[in-house]
Amino acid sequence: MTSNTQQPLIEIAEVSKFFGDFQALKTVNLGVGQGERVVVCGPSGSGKSTLIRCINQLEKHEQGSITVDGVTHDGTSKSLNFIRQKVGMVFQQFNLFPHLSVLDNLTLGPIRSRGMSRGDAQALAMQYLERVRIPEQSDKFPRQLSGGQQQRVAIARSLCMEPQIMLFDEPTSALDPEMINEVLDVMTELASSGMTMIVVTHEMGFARRVADTMVFMDHGEIVETAAPEKFFNQPDSTRCQDFLQKILQH
Amino acid sequence: MLKKLVPVLLLFLLAGCAGGNWGWYVVDPTTPSGYNNVRFLLTGLGHTVLLSLTAILISVVVGLLVALPGLSENRYLRGFNRVYVEFVRAVPILVLILWVYYGLPQLMGIAIGVFWAGVIALALSDSAFEAEIFRAGIQSIDRGQYEASHSISLNYADTMRFVILPQAIRRILPALGNQLVYMLKMSSLVSVIGMQELTRKANELVVTEYRPLEIYTVLVLEYLVLILIVSAMVRWLERRMQSDVRN
Repeated sequence: MTSNTQQPLIEIAEVSKFFGDFQALKTVNLGVGQGERVVVCGPSGSGKSTLIRCINQLEKHEQGSITVDGVTHDGTSKSLNFIRQKVGMVFQQFNLFPHLSVLDNLTLGPIRSRGMSRGDAQALAMQYLERVRIPEQSDKFPRQLSGGQQQRVAIARSLCMEPQIMLFDEPTSALDPEMINEVLDVMTELASSGMTMIVVTHEMGFARRVADTMVFMDHGEIVETAAPEKFFNQPDSTRCQDFLQKILQH
Repeated sequence: MLKKLVPVLLLFLLAGCAGGNWGWYVVDPTTPSGYNNVRFLLTGLGHTVLLSLTAILISVVVGLLVALPGLSENRYLRGFNRVYVEFVRAVPILVLILWVYYGLPQLMGIAIGVFWAGVIALALSDSAFEAEIFRAGIQSIDRGQYEASHSISLNYADTMRFVILPQAIRRILPALGNQLVYMLKMSSLVSVIGMQELTRKANELVVTEYRPLEIYTVLVLEYLVLILIVSAMVRWLERRMQSDVRN
C-alpha cells in the first residue's frame, strides 16, 4: 500500500447490500488510500460491481458506512453531490450520450455541475481527449467510433470532472479483443499519474502491472486482500486459488 | 404529397361529372358567389390551426409534467399520475368541451371565451395521452444514461433536460405527430360551442346554401390537406433529428 495519509481516502465499513432477499454484499470492509490502485476480481455475481457502485451510490447500501474524503454517505443530497464530484466512473457499456458529440459529452458535466464556461470546458475537454489520444474525434458522435474509442471518450468524460478517485466497472469486458489494449494503456497511464483507482476487471496482466492491492470477492464477501506478488503466487484462501487457476489457465 | 392528392381530387371531380346530384357551383371560385363561399369557408382555417397548435403546446407541457411523477419512486406521486391519466382519459372530448365552456365559468365565476374553452378542453383531454407517451418514451431510455449522468454529478433537472428528454423526444416524435393530427381533427368538435373554425364555417354555409354534399366535401378536403401538410412536417422533423445520431 502506498497510503501516506492517516485516514484512507475511501473507507468502506461493515457495508451490506440486499436485492430483495438476495444479499449482494455481506459486511464488507475496505480502505483505499490516496493514490492507491486497487483491482477487484472474482466470479460473476460476487458483488464486485455492486461494491464500487455503492461508493458513488448508484446502488444504495442498507447497512454500514461509506466515507469518501472525510464525507460519509448519509442519504442527503449534500453528501451525495460532494462524493459524486470526487468520484469518476467508467462503465462496462460506456454509457456515452448518443445524441451529443464527443466534445459535448465531455463538456456537459463541467458546464452544468462544475459551473465552468463553455470555452473553459471545451479547452479542458480537448486536453483530456489528447490524454486519451483521440483529439481528432471531438466532433463525431459516439456511434461513429469504435468500442475502444468510445470507452476512451468515457474515461475522458469522467476525467473532465477532475475527480480524485476513478472507479472502473469492467471497462474492457464489452470490447473486442483488439481494442482492449488501447483502453488498458490509457488506464495504465492514468495509474502512473497517481490517480486513486478501483478497477473491477478480469484483465490479470493489467492487474499485475498496475495494482497496489488485489481484492478477491466471492458471494458478496471480500475473501482475500493482498499485494499482487502474494496474491498471484500464494493466495491464502482456496476459493481464490481456484478462481485464479480458472482464469489464468490460458 | 400533391401526387397523393391528385387521385382523390379526380375521384371527386369524376363523381361530380357522372352523377347529376352535384352542384359544384356553390364552391366554384370562378363565379363571384362561389368565390365568396370558398373565402368564407377558409376564414375558419386560421382558428383551426391556432386552436390546435395552442392546445397541443399546452398538452405537451402538461403531459410531461404529469408523466414525470409517474416515473417517481414515490408511490403517491405515481398515484397522482395514474389518477390524472385514468380520469382525464375517461371523459369524452365533446363532454369536456361542454363542461369547460358551460360548467367551468359557473364554478369559477369567470367567463371563458370559446377559443380558450376549446383550448383548455382539447389540451386537458390530450394531456393524458401525452403523459402516457412521455412516460413510455422516458422509460425506454437505458438505465446507463441515468447512471452516467449521476456519475458526472448532474442533478435531476439537468439529467432530464440534457440527457434523457432529448433522446426520449426523438423516439416519441412519431407518436407526438399522431397526437397533433388527432388534435386537428378533434378541434372540429369545438364548433358546437360556436368557435368559428373550419367545421363551424361549413355548417353556417350549409344553412344558407343548402348544398351539404359539396360544402362538406370541401371540408373533408380542407382537413385532408391540412393533415397531409402536418404529417409531412413531422416526417421532415423526424429525419432531421435522426440524422444527428445515425450516419
